[in-house]
This record gives sequence, structure tokens and C-alpha cells, in this order.
Amino acid sequence: MESKKDYPLWEVFIRSNRGIDHKHAGSLRAADAEMALQNARDLYTRRSEGVSIWVVPSNQIIASDPDDKEILFDPSKDKIYRHPTFYSLPDELEHM
Amino acid sequence: MRANQNSKTLSADELKFEELLASGRKIEPRDWMPDDYRKTLIRQIGQHAHSEIIGMQPEGNWITRAPSLKRKAILMSKVQDEAGHGLYLYSAAETLEADRTDMLEKLNNGKMKYSSIFNYPTPCWADMGAIGWLVDGAAICNQVPLCRTSYGPYARAMVRICKEESFHQRQGYEIMLTLCRGSAEQKQMAQDALNRWWWPSIMMFGPRDDKSPNSELSLKWKIKLFSNDELRQKFVDIAVPQANILGLTVPDNDLSWNEETGHYTYGEPDWEEFFEVIQGNGPCNKERVSNRREAHENGQWVRDAAIAYAEKRAKISRPKTTQDPL
Ligand SMILES: [Fe+2]
Ligand SMILES: [Fe+2]
Repeated sequence: MESKKDYPLWEVFIRSNRGIDHKHAGSLRAADAEMALQNARDLYTRRSEGVSIWVVPSNQIIASDPDDKEILFDPSKDKIYRHPTFYSLPDELEHM
Repeated sequence: MRANQNSKTLSADELKFEELLASGRKIEPRDWMPDDYRKTLIRQIGQHAHSEIIGMQPEGNWITRAPSLKRKAILMSKVQDEAGHGLYLYSAAETLEADRTDMLEKLNNGKMKYSSIFNYPTPCWADMGAIGWLVDGAAICNQVPLCRTSYGPYARAMVRICKEESFHQRQGYEIMLTLCRGSAEQKQMAQDALNRWWWPSIMMFGPRDDKSPNSELSLKWKIKLFSNDELRQKFVDIAVPQANILGLTVPDNDLSWNEETGHYTYGEPDWEEFFEVIQGNGPCNKERVSNRREAHENGQWVRDAAIAYAEKRAKISRPKTTQDPL
């Protein structure tokens, strides 16, 4: 009998260079955190795409529900005064 | 209110899905999607992933016998890339709630297919050149438009893959170039390899449009953006001048340049052979699948041990990792 158990799923985040945020690169399967880091190195940075890697168990990520989009994001839509272009100022005012 | 062909009113979900597609935005994993959209994607991405994994075998065959250390290192990198491509794609399929273990099982027991091209043998080093040039070349024609496919995770996997494919094709073409500039025997090796791989490469694009029933829906859903014949034409138009630069002859008596259309006219491949290979009767189908199954079974104790170790360690202490502050 073959066991059907697979390694858990991990999400991989890569910092491509100093001064840049870690960005989601993809996912992979690994037995533990150490193997996840090793596999992430082999899978996502074969051409020096990164200087730092984060791995996170996929089941630890809490995601917003697409159906909550309106509740979450619509309230900011009518607050156009949050953008600098909302304010009309005289032309002679440079660099503001 | 819009209505579809059955004059059934579209639900709010369906409407939103259609609008996303129409506006060219991506469908993401947690969006509502029609069952058949999901199933079609799982089948296509799964087959694609399997093709990458099985595709390691014809070239893996030459790693120990590459003619120089440089060629050996290059070939190993290429084969490793193909493993990576498979893994990107299995991950993309998993976002559709496909089960990776289940997909691999279906590959091992022949219930899921992979590209017909990898069922041909590689008896000669020149085949490494022809595969990189033609097979990866045909894959590029297929994959570049898939970077804009409608399902987000698939599109992102394809972007990653396409970045790596150019190296694959160039190293293959360079092998061919080196052989063609060598002795008469070496040039003949290159010509023989082209003769072996030309028609299977032409067939990689799948059946003719009038014989490809699934295509229409895939085009409507923007899973596919070009038809099989459109992609095939593109490949022929690119590959023929490349063969000319090598000084090799494409093994197609019907091949000619059509001034009016601005495209090459090409002959009909042996579709009977194509369907035979798809059905599992190609020269290497059995070998490819049994190698795959054997590797999987021989690795079972390693996977079991890794899981047992991880479980045991999780009980003793929390996993040790470096904390990288935000
Ligand atoms: Fe690939
Ligand atoms: Fe490739």
C-alpha cells in the first residue's frame, strides 16, 4: 500500500534586492520549514533572483473574501480628498 | 439583463465572471468560476506540468554522456529548469483545488496525458540540439501567449517559465550550429536529428483546428488565445529560416514560401502516428511512464521519513528558523 500523505504546502516570498520588499513568488511542498527554504532556493532563485527568502505555511495565511470586496474597499473610493490631485492650487506654486 | 444562448438569465456570479473576462482582467483562485472552466484548466495545467516532468527523461538520457563538462553542466541546468517548470505548474493547479498527489497518480497510471513529443527516443547527442531548438522552440510559441491567459496563477507561472525557455532554445541551437560547422559526419548527425524531430514538433501543436473540439470553449474563456493551426504556422515561419542558417534541409517536400500570404506553406503530418502516440503506442510511452512510476515508488520511503522527522521535531520544539523582521 502506498501512503497518500503529501508534504504540506508553503508560500514563498522573495526579496530580489536590498531595499525592496519581499514579494510573493509562488508556492511549493516541503516536509518542514528547513526543507521549504531549501526547495524555495532551488525552485525560485536559480538565477540569483533573490537575496532573502521567507517561507510561510499556506494554511497560516488569512485571506480576505472576494465577496467582502465592497465592504472592505468601497469606503475609500469616495474619499478623493485623500489624493493630492484633489486640491487646485495656483500655478506659480512650484514643487508642491 | 443579459441572457446566454439558452436564454437563461445569468446569475450575478456568472455575470461578474463574464465581465472580468471581457475586460481582460484575470480570474483569481477565490473568484467564482464555472465548473467547466475549472475542469478545463486543471486538465490543461496538469497535462502541461506532466509534460515538463516527463520531458526531463529524453534529455536526462544524455547527461552522463555529454561530450564535454560544459555541455554536461548546461544540460543539467536545463533539465533542472524543466523540473522547476513542472513544480510551478502543479502549484498553479493546486490553486484550483486539484490535488497534487492525485494528479501524479493519474500520470503514473496513465489516466492523465502529457505532450506526445516526449515519447520519442533520443539515440544521438544531436537530439539534444534538435530538442532545444525545435521542441523548446515550439513550446515557446505555445507558452508566450499563455502569459496572458485568463487564469492569474497559470499566467504568472507561464511568465516565470518563459523567462527560462530562451536559454533552452539557444543552447540547443548552438549544439546544432557546432555540429553543422564540424565534419561532414557531424553535419549529417544534425540533419538526421532534424529529420527525427521536425514532424513530432509540428504535431506538438495538437490536431488541426477542424479536428480540435475543445478549442472553441478554451478560446472563449481566454484560456487559449490562439488556435492550434495559428500557433503551428507561427512556428514553421520562425523555424524554417533557422534551419536555413544551419544549412540543413527541413524534411517536408511540400514546404514552400507563399509570397501572397507571407507565410510558409507546409505539408500534412502523419496524424495517424500522432493519435497512436497519444493513445500510448509511441516508441517510448511505456518506458517513460514506468520510469516515472519507479522513481515515485523508490522515493516513497524518503518522503515518509521526511514527514516522520518533521512530525517528531514539531513535537519536541518549534521549527528553528531565522527571524527576519518586517
Ligand atoms: Fe519547460
Ligand atoms: Fe524548456
